[in-house]
Amino acid sequence: MNTSPWIQIGLFLIVLFVVAWPLGRYLANVFDGQLTRRFIWLDKFEHRFCRFIGTNPEEDMPWQRYATAIVLFNVIGVAVVYGLQRFQSELPLNPQAFGAVSSDSAFNTAISFVTNTNWQGYGGESTMSYLTQMLALTVQNFASGATGIAVVIALIRGFTRRNAAGIGNAWLDLSHSIFYVLLPLSFIFSLILVNQGVIQNFNAYQEVKLIEPLEYAAPKQDLNGQPLQDDLGNVIMEAIKTDKQSIAMGPVASQEAIKLIGTNGGGFFNANSAHPFENPTPLTNFLEMISIFLIPTALCFAFGQMVGDQRQGWTILAAMTVLFITMAAVALWSESHSNPLITQLGADGSMGNLEGKEIRFGIISSALFATVTTAASCGAVNAMHDSFLPLGGLIPMGLMMLGEVVFGGVGAGLYGMLIFAILAVFLSGLMIGRTPEYLGKKIGVFEMKMVSIAILIVPLLVLGGAAIAVVTEVGKASMANPGAHGFSEVLYAFTSAGNNNGSAFAGLSANTPFYNILLAIAMWFGRFGVIIPVLAIAGRLAAKPKLAVTSGTLPTHGPLFVVLLISTIIIIGALNYVPALALGPIIEHLQLFSH
Amino acid sequence: MKNLIRPAITLFILISLVTGLLYPLAVTGIAQIAFPEHAAGSVIKRGEEVIGSSLIGQNFSGPTYFWSRPSATAPMPYNAANSGGSNLGPTNPVLIEAVKERAKNILASHPDKVEKIPTDLVTTSASGLDPHISPAAAYYQVERVATARNTDAAIVKSLVDRSIETPQWGLLGDSRVNVLRLNLALDALEK
Repeated sequence: MNTSPWIQIGLFLIVLFVVAWPLGRYLANVFDGQLTRRFIWLDKFEHRFCRFIGTNPEEDMPWQRYATAIVLFNVIGVAVVYGLQRFQSELPLNPQAFGAVSSDSAFNTAISFVTNTNWQGYGGESTMSYLTQMLALTVQNFASGATGIAVVIALIRGFTRRNAAGIGNAWLDLSHSIFYVLLPLSFIFSLILVNQGVIQNFNAYQEVKLIEPLEYAAPKQDLNGQPLQDDLGNVIMEAIKTDKQSIAMGPVASQEAIKLIGTNGGGFFNANSAHPFENPTPLTNFLEMISIFLIPTALCFAFGQMVGDQRQGWTILAAMTVLFITMAAVALWSESHSNPLITQLGADGSMGNLEGKEIRFGIISSALFATVTTAASCGAVNAMHDSFLPLGGLIPMGLMMLGEVVFGGVGAGLYGMLIFAILAVFLSGLMIGRTPEYLGKKIGVFEMKMVSIAILIVPLLVLGGAAIAVVTEVGKASMANPGAHGFSEVLYAFTSAGNNNGSAFAGLSANTPFYNILLAIAMWFGRFGVIIPVLAIAGRLAAKPKLAVTSGTLPTHGPLFVVLLISTIIIIGALNYVPALALGPIIEHLQLFSH
Repeated sequence: MKNLIRPAITLFILISLVTGLLYPLAVTGIAQIAFPEHAAGSVIKRGEEVIGSSLIGQNFSGPTYFWSRPSATAPMPYNAANSGGSNLGPTNPVLIEAVKERAKNILASHPDKVEKIPTDLVTTSASGLDPHISPAAAYYQVERVATARNTDAAIVKSLVDRSIETPQWGLLGDSRVNVLRLNLALDALEK
């Protein structure tokens, strides 16, 4: 190890906060209307824009209408992404002549990219045409990110408005998120990425003449391209010599930028951010990690500004940061160990667990990236989590199980965290015998019911889905690894889908009708089963008057509340998932290090 | 519901055109002008012939070259049209068997080595296309390469010394050696 991991974590957080602070102020100005008040021409332009798309900029939607608009917009997204994949062979920009994606895989991918999960059952460079990557997948990277931002802004309005009928105009919030925030940031970042070596072209795959010719064994095929079998049914292998390498190309940088800035995580290539064309240098790796946390952090600052008390934003951010540093430390500690089963074969025990990691990143940047990508609901990976040591793999899984609130997805992280904050004031209200209130709003029965739904639906999907998969033969057949690790693969898949993360223990062969459909269900309800209750809470809170702060009000800023919030998150997460974790990574850890 | 459908569809089409076509095309246009070599994949040419990309690894396993890391891509190693890792868990017997096989091969080709085998030489990378090995893995192979090429080991070693890329800004990432570039430099020595 070359540098102390603490310096890297420290540098990462400092750069993050320095960049996110001004962005947070900007976000607040975009969404509370300051920006259009300051620039009259922009306001005029927006009026014309609204007339064009067919909405009234002054319209203030009640939460039901807001939610309908959001769901409608996303359903259209599913249909379009599905259609483009099914018809890609008829459409342009398909230099490798890929055929239509299978119906179950296309369905899964459509749900996956619309819900900001970006779970990938397919390998990008061997499945998707350039047009599909751009017009289907890149568009959803923007649209799903914008959905998350719109929902959290609506929730914040719930706290700031008094006796109001609506929570904003969904069309304007979506447009603002894309055109004022996601698009400019992605544009700048994609050019930085190209400067470092990320590709951006529409060429056919590059043929290379190898320096050293290569011989390998592959299944022998008949004239129709079907693998031949001998009399006993074994696949016949043949030795093939080649001096060619075919290098996948494509418009990668433009998709890469929004993949991270929108906490989407769906890679252009199968290897995602481990691929040298997606993440060529340690610097791009650092910037990619910053981009994942950038908007989630900025939204905390924007939240503080919009509710008129920066301390509220800092408190939420402090809780996130404490959880993040703790988890990052465990992941780094775990991965800096070598696999004892490998070192006993003569490998150097001081180099850490390098299976499934890239040398340019090394142990520190790989473990840190894994923590960042699963703390936020990004799901991009620069190392294969499946090959992490058991406790190193437990950290990404654990971070997702906390509900993707440690920074979390764009918008989704903050609204998830605010749901936990409401639960925390409710629990403390019970303990001290006070009516719970948060940011001047009384928390009533309806709000608590919605909070319960939002918090409980995801564990239900994750544990229910994993349970179905491990008791069915089709579910078990997809496991790539035996024993406890195979169970971890399945648990990871449903955790990732239900929490809209999208990373994987990728050994699991999830591109089967069984997993494609079951995981799509988990992704859809894990997304909108939370968004709709959140918007309901927003609507109800906006309609309430604001209470005055008295000596009996529980302060929701400062270290005490940070502890309350963290405890609530951990208790809920642990109660739900510890038994399942014990059967997966914890058993495997004990098996690996017992001798 | 009724007056939600029109804005939903128009907004979706507008966003699709801007973020799905205009944006990638604009980035491509600027990238082609500002960073044409990077945008096209950082390819290395020998004469007119493309012989690789400085970012994408190639398989090297012959005696006269420095070896790359093992690669888990299918059907052949370093298949740059089908990236991916082994995804084998740490307790998987398949992983342990594969490492045992690789270690045996390395020990047979480097019989004089007393050091432990650098771990990156027996483990596969995440992308299967890792262009780098650790400096330790490069130094480990110096004598073997020098013997096979009938060259002075000190010359080969100094070539490795010069090939080491240090962490970016002395802080980010690990020290590493680009195998393709090192092997091309090795070939250039003989001319």
